[in-house]
Amino acid sequence: MNTLINIVVQGVLLGALYGLFAMGQSLVFGVMRLTNTAHGDFIVLLVFVLFALTSFVRLPLAVALVLLLVIAFAAGYGLQYAILNRVSSRDPLPSLIVTFGLSIVIQNVLQQVFSADPRSIATGSFESRSITLAGGITLGYLPLVTLVATVALAFAMQWLFGRTPLGRAFRATSDDREIVQLMGVSYRRTYALAMGIAFVLIAVAAALYSMRTAVSPTDGPALLLSSFEAVIIGGMGSFWGTFVGGMALGIAQQVGFYFDPGWGIWLGHVAFLGVLVARPQGLLPKTA
Amino acid sequence: MTMQLNQRPAGFEVRRATRASRVAVIVLLIVALTVASAPWWAGRDAMRDFVQLASYLVFALMWNLLAGYGGMVSIGQQAFFGIGGYAMLILANYCGISPFVAVPIAAVIATVVAIPVSMVAFRLEGGYFAIGTWVIAEAFRLTVANVSVLGGGSGTSLIALQDVPRALRESLTLWLALAIVASAIGLLYLFLRSKAGLALTAMRDNAVAASSQGVDVKRARLIVYLVSACGTALAGGLYFVGNLRISPDAAFSVNWTAFGIFIVMIGGLGTLEGPMVGALIFFVLNRFLSDFGTWYLIGLGALAIVVTMFFPQGLWGFVSRRYGLQLFPVGRRVVFRDAGPSEQASHHDASTDSVETSSAPHRA
Repeated sequence: MNTLINIVVQGVLLGALYGLFAMGQSLVFGVMRLTNTAHGDFIVLLVFVLFALTSFVRLPLAVALVLLLVIAFAAGYGLQYAILNRVSSRDPLPSLIVTFGLSIVIQNVLQQVFSADPRSIATGSFESRSITLAGGITLGYLPLVTLVATVALAFAMQWLFGRTPLGRAFRATSDDREIVQLMGVSYRRTYALAMGIAFVLIAVAAALYSMRTAVSPTDGPALLLSSFEAVIIGGMGSFWGTFVGGMALGIAQQVGFYFDPGWGIWLGHVAFLGVLVARPQGLLPKTA
Repeated sequence: MTMQLNQRPAGFEVRRATRASRVAVIVLLIVALTVASAPWWAGRDAMRDFVQLASYLVFALMWNLLAGYGGMVSIGQQAFFGIGGYAMLILANYCGISPFVAVPIAAVIATVVAIPVSMVAFRLEGGYFAIGTWVIAEAFRLTVANVSVLGGGSGTSLIALQDVPRALRESLTLWLALAIVASAIGLLYLFLRSKAGLALTAMRDNAVAASSQGVDVKRARLIVYLVSACGTALAGGLYFVGNLRISPDAAFSVNWTAFGIFIVMIGGLGTLEGPMVGALIFFVLNRFLSDFGTWYLIGLGALAIVVTMFFPQGLWGFVSRRYGLQLFPVGRRVVFRDAGPSEQASHHDASTDSVETSSAPHRA
């Protein structure tokens, strides 16, 4: 029984990280209908930016984190405005190929600059601290912080989309990017803002992820697949769905890891394919 | 319909061949004969190069069929490449079938596997389909990596060929490669020229409109997916007969699709000539620049981005538009004959704004 509870608890904590990875992708899917195949590589890229800021520039971690968020927003805004806006259309092919090309470029530039060694961000000994609950279940502080961050960001994004003028512009642009121009909304600028915000989400994910584990330049595709699975399992169009999708994926992987370390990721993929067959709209599809 | 038009004594005819296409057929036959005789004049490296080039080319042709004609962009074709390789190896190592016979059987197996896979993958569309197919390929990779009989993550060797003399093995591999390339190009050409091919092109340009004209879009998509899986598995089986060693990371590597995409985009999406031009370019680049490692891959990625953004029709698309050249004309041209004395001139005029059903690189 304790084993089962432990699997679920650790799965939820792992799933919080996947949910965080996926939220940026969910935003990009939702607003631009853009399939960003470089999503995972952007996470890895920001991990290495943070690593460069703390290890090469030797900034204190707190300063580096704030700076990372600013850099991320600017990078996302610039990327969408300069490159991706040119290829986002109803035809998925150009944007797929451009982001796929970006993915290869990012991986190899990072290998060239930082070598293929995995890197992590030192946090003192915070990453290894934990509390032990009754029954011998341990909860790491860092995974708990990740869970809190994911919940907080899911609330924030839901609020941003539902309650603010910017969120209204996002939803309207997603529905019809030609018509919104008649209301004085530039879809190019809206897309760039959405990508900027997606990059801020990615930066938070990158920071928490790099404190938890060592990241190597070629880890991007695996992160992309996990976030994609979380988005689809949860159901597109709702950040809570993405959150739940991340949890489901995390639990499935933990169950796999329990039986054999080689089958963890595999069981995550199989769970995703199972949901796709049994419930293609996802667990929590947007009803409106 | 074409038949009716041809029989009618009206002032026009429907042309399907061009002068360039007749020349191309002859040139290709000469190339095929040259390659077939390679064991008597070429070195071992050259023969091995051809087998590799053939694998890349067939992979790219099949990716092009899927994306450029079927409108389905997949990042998971390496699934069938790997299945082709592993099925060939299992048949050869454990069932005692000659690897050269096992390659086509493996392709049939991959096609059968593709049926349930398509049911899952077709739940997704557009970009979601692309990443979904990648997940499926990863699931296959991890499955094979966890099967210890097949060597697990570190892979295994094709031992069935160890008693065959090296020269004979290399010649047979070369002929197998030639046969696969020739049948892939030939069958694709015939398929795209057929009524089904016309339906496919119509579907790619506008699925809703094609459907309203009686094209069974779902069925056409499935057939394209299965044919593409079959061809990709042939490429995979061939590659690992030439390579003699297989591992899950090599067989199910996403790089196969990355290279396939690069070849097709550089050469020209939605044409038969494009992947051939692209494969040659890629092969030359790979040969001379792959020593640069990361810089080489950065260059390939950047080139793919630039081409997609600024030259979406690719190199062949550019040449074909600029010079009106078609080596594998899959379209139908209406040529008017009743122009009297200046017949030659009107030929030209009519065919420039002729009724073309092929053409236009994939755009929506």
